[in-house]
Amino acid sequence: MTILIWIIQLFFVPVISPLIIGVIKKIKAKFQNRQGSSIFQFYKDLWKLMYKDEVVSKDASWIFLYAPFIIFTVTIAVGASIPLFASFLNGPTSDLLVIVYIMAISTFFLSLAGMDTGSAFGGFGSSREMTISALAEGGLIFSLLTVALVSSSTNVFIISGINILNHSQHLLSIMLAFIGFFIILLAETTRFPFDNPSTHLELTMIHEAMILEYSGKRLALMEWASANKLIIFIALGSNLFFPLGIAQNISWLALVIGIIVFLLKILFFSTIIAILESSVAKFRFFRLPDLLITSFILNVIAIVLIN
Amino acid sequence: MFKLFFKIFKTKKNLVYLNNDEKSDIFLVGQEIKVKVKKLFKGSLAIRQIDAGSDNACEQELMALSNSFYDIERFGIHFVASPRHADMLLITGPVTRNMAKAVKDAYDATPNPKIVVAVGDDAISGGLFAGSYAVSGGVDSVLPVNYCIPGDPPTPKEIIIGLLKIINEVDIKKSEL
Amino acid sequence: MLEIITPSVSFFVLLSIFFIGAISSLIYQKNDSIANFLSSFFSIIGSLCGLFFSVSMIIYGKNLSFIINYPYSSFFKISFHIDLLSAFFIFIISLISLFCSIYGVGYLKHFYKKYSIGVFGFFYNLLIGSLLLVVTASNGIFFLIAWEIMSISSYFLVVYDRYDTDNIKAGFLYLIMTYVGTVFIILSFLFIYKYIGSFEFIDIKSGISLIPLSIKNNIFIFTIIGFGTKAGIIPFHIWLPAAHPAAPSHVSALMSGVMIKTGVYMMIRLFVDILQPIPVWWGILILIIGSISSLLGVLYALTEHDIKRLLAFHSIENIGIILLGLGSALIFYSLNMPELALLGLMASLFHTLNHAIFKSLLFLSAGSVINEMHTRNIEEYGGIIKYMPQTAMFFLIGSMAISALPPFNGFFSEWLTYQALFQGVAQLNLSFQGIFIIAASSLAFTGGLALTCFVKAFGIIFLARPRSTKVSSIKESPLSMRIGMGFLALMSILFGLFSGYTSRLLEKIGKDLSIFKDTNYFTSASFYQGIDIKNSFASVSAPIIFVVLIIIIFAVIFIFTFVINKNQKIKIENTWGCGLNLNKRAEITATGFARSIILVFKGILKPSIQNEVEYHDADSRYLPKSRVITIHVKNIYNYYFYQPLRNIINIISLKTKNIQSGNINAYISYIFISLIIALLSVL
Repeated sequence: MTILIWIIQLFFVPVISPLIIGVIKKIKAKFQNRQGSSIFQFYKDLWKLMYKDEVVSKDASWIFLYAPFIIFTVTIAVGASIPLFASFLNGPTSDLLVIVYIMAISTFFLSLAGMDTGSAFGGFGSSREMTISALAEGGLIFSLLTVALVSSSTNVFIISGINILNHSQHLLSIMLAFIGFFIILLAETTRFPFDNPSTHLELTMIHEAMILEYSGKRLALMEWASANKLIIFIALGSNLFFPLGIAQNISWLALVIGIIVFLLKILFFSTIIAILESSVAKFRFFRLPDLLITSFILNVIAIVLIN
Repeated sequence: MFKLFFKIFKTKKNLVYLNNDEKSDIFLVGQEIKVKVKKLFKGSLAIRQIDAGSDNACEQELMALSNSFYDIERFGIHFVASPRHADMLLITGPVTRNMAKAVKDAYDATPNPKIVVAVGDDAISGGLFAGSYAVSGGVDSVLPVNYCIPGDPPTPKEIIIGLLKIINEVDIKKSEL
Repeated sequence: MLEIITPSVSFFVLLSIFFIGAISSLIYQKNDSIANFLSSFFSIIGSLCGLFFSVSMIIYGKNLSFIINYPYSSFFKISFHIDLLSAFFIFIISLISLFCSIYGVGYLKHFYKKYSIGVFGFFYNLLIGSLLLVVTASNGIFFLIAWEIMSISSYFLVVYDRYDTDNIKAGFLYLIMTYVGTVFIILSFLFIYKYIGSFEFIDIKSGISLIPLSIKNNIFIFTIIGFGTKAGIIPFHIWLPAAHPAAPSHVSALMSGVMIKTGVYMMIRLFVDILQPIPVWWGILILIIGSISSLLGVLYALTEHDIKRLLAFHSIENIGIILLGLGSALIFYSLNMPELALLGLMASLFHTLNHAIFKSLLFLSAGSVINEMHTRNIEEYGGIIKYMPQTAMFFLIGSMAISALPPFNGFFSEWLTYQALFQGVAQLNLSFQGIFIIAASSLAFTGGLALTCFVKAFGIIFLARPRSTKVSSIKESPLSMRIGMGFLALMSILFGLFSGYTSRLLEKIGKDLSIFKDTNYFTSASFYQGIDIKNSFASVSAPIIFVVLIIIIFAVIFIFTFVINKNQKIKIENTWGCGLNLNKRAEITATGFARSIILVFKGILKPSIQNEVEYHDADSRYLPKSRVITIHVKNIYNYYFYQPLRNIINIISLKTKNIQSGNINAYISYIFISLIIALLSVL
């Protein structure tokens, strides 16, 4: 039975993530008074890209060719190690720092792949991505540290298993840490106001600029990995800070409720992200570090307030 | 911000609906695209648009495709930034001599299978600028074109119908050029 | 068998191997290849012996202590005390010198006929021998003698490439800073001698209560300055970025990986072992120094375009991380939490080992590239991965290890340091919690910025197209250099995989120090050979992470290459450049890459951008021919510490100069006044 849950957990994130991207795009389209593409459009895009040929630059090396596999692997590995709908599992890779640094592997290879082809866009895309990622890492570790200190463990499954009503004296800390985490979520998953995921202007691209040279299967893997990362961050945000409704024991009813509650939470977050994207413009690049440092300071205040 | 949301919800829907029997003048040039390829693109098509020295009339019409009236995204078609991501190259303008190499590079950078469509009279045969010393006279002098959508410029509705007919299997008039 | 290896005789055999190597290479200095062979052979054999010796000492768990009573004098005895901490440092020294010596066999070939290889071999073997003496000496005077030999031999190695005048200047700066440090060390030993009456470390330890607290604080300050200069903490680090590029690459690796750790060793020896009990503000000061060093080190590394200076600044950053672990250990012990202190010490020692391994790996691979390209400026590199694929792979492993990416060894030592700091945040009250939060945040930011810096370094050096024409004529480095680098990369992976076992051993080493005699372990072996923190706060398991990642990546590659769309064709074309011809000017440069982050931190770095334009026609100034943009960074330690110091010394010197008026009557009056003062003080 536990094996079954682990298998579901392994495949849950890659299977659900294109749907959520579709939902976000649909909501944004409705805000623009359009009909927009169907919510299953991303699946069709991925399927089509798998069956196309590829064109690879002659300046590229094995890093360009293998980076999509490494990045996709990282998102699957992290997706299987975080609490999605069940909190009674215990994985050896579920430590908070392990998750943060394994995701840093994907940032590392993404930036290298962007620089590998020698185009100007990839180069400055990598530069911007690393600037934002370097500053976001501090905020990420500290926001997760806040909930870890509240539940005295850095294992994310144990953190999601706490009953938040027992710790109501820490509610303010958890709220502040959640706001900090939300800013980091927007930064790392390349959403507004950090990055526009559907822009055509290379001067405004951060994540898109690094994948301009990919085509075919590798492009499909890169886009899919980016969608997976969104689900991973939403899962961390919803299950670590608001672990209500997550399955705490191994009965069928608890699991079904857990899955439904998780899907509702993801839909709620995607609605918030879509509303944010429809009402706020992308910030100028040099205002973004201010936002990240604000997130970091909120997290530090949250930690100090725990005691 | 809430006034903005209120306004959004009060706006009427203004989508332009297409009928099944709309006529269009697109025609096939060169080789027929294989049926297997069309099935691949039926659900999702990525278009890269290249301006090969045009007078921007076609570009305005193409930009209008993404607004809330014509909304090309509902058919699964979207515009992309790089030819590496694209399935279809939409080329406008008579290919000027300075842009000839760039258009060829974009064609080489697009992965197979791909469709090349020339949009607008300028792209098909040189249009207004035919015979000038500065243009190569139509896209087919530089690239193997698959389809042409005529018009100066074609209206957005004609472009959408043309694109849908290209990726669906419909009877298309073969050109005698 | 362990009984055979561990007595004191074997230690002398070990030392004498290096001594023989030194002398023999000096004797045969006329013949370059024989001298190279001899010095490398003896240093390799000596390192192997050192490895066996230290490993058997650690496993056997015994301490060695012996004194040679010649020359018979009250304060100078040649005495050694090898406990498990010294054995651990001998292990680090032997491991790194083994692979650096293997590397050196091929590397020195390009110094043939230019300089004397025999002299190089002499100083190289002398350096390694003196490093062994420094970490095992147990008498203050003997220690200082060994320290001097180490400084002098490393100085001669730094200025070995003497036809380049920058190297001479770098060596001079190094010599001055080393002697400033040594002066402070001598001062602290003299203070200790005044109150204890002996230079032996054992006597100092047993008589520590004789020293009053105010003198102890002074000793602490002097020791921090003295050993900190060797270790390279900010602001005493200015010799590091100058000396490391000047030395030959495997000497840079040895210096950066091992020699600066002797400063850390003496700090551990003094603060954790000999000078206990200590007040809590010592630990706080070390924690603050560690935070500042790590942050400023990595920020200045981001601005560098000389590959070796970049790596030298990263050494400063990692020393900062080591000091974070040490500082937290000292604070915990002073607050009566010895279990957590053991954890902090363990993190600090593990990071020492790991940094030695991956920094040497980086210096060696950078050295192979510089050897071929004959320039250290990374703006002229590019696309080297196609010409030197194995060196690129080793540099990639080194970059991943230093950026603390799992499953390499850097991640596990940073994990332990984080755990020590997190325990501090969790268990202490508000005033100390603030210091620990500052330390943890500096560690978090350092990790992110180090990742940025190595993406820049690896990407600009090895990827994309060449930025200068020199690249097309390079070839892969010779076999001995690749063996040296390859084994270090393997060590990096192995110490990551077996980090659970290594942390067990490190706990045993830490427990050997007398203050931890009765401490329980705070970590324990987890089921999967990982590290578990007590009260189930955290756990990590290296083999599981490695296995999970490998299985998933093979599954992904298999599914997406062989199952889905097997018949996909891949065409090789030019990079898409929007229709333009992409030449080398279209690629990102190192300056451009780092510009964003430099401007983010412009409050600290204070950058200034200079534009130089050369026009085709100087009169009309319309069409530029070439434009060079340079970003300069003001070094704040220079500006706020050394410049004012220099100005004060200048002012005082100018005022004091007035005594020398040149008038002989004034001099006679000075003699008269000093005679009267002497007479009055006697009466």
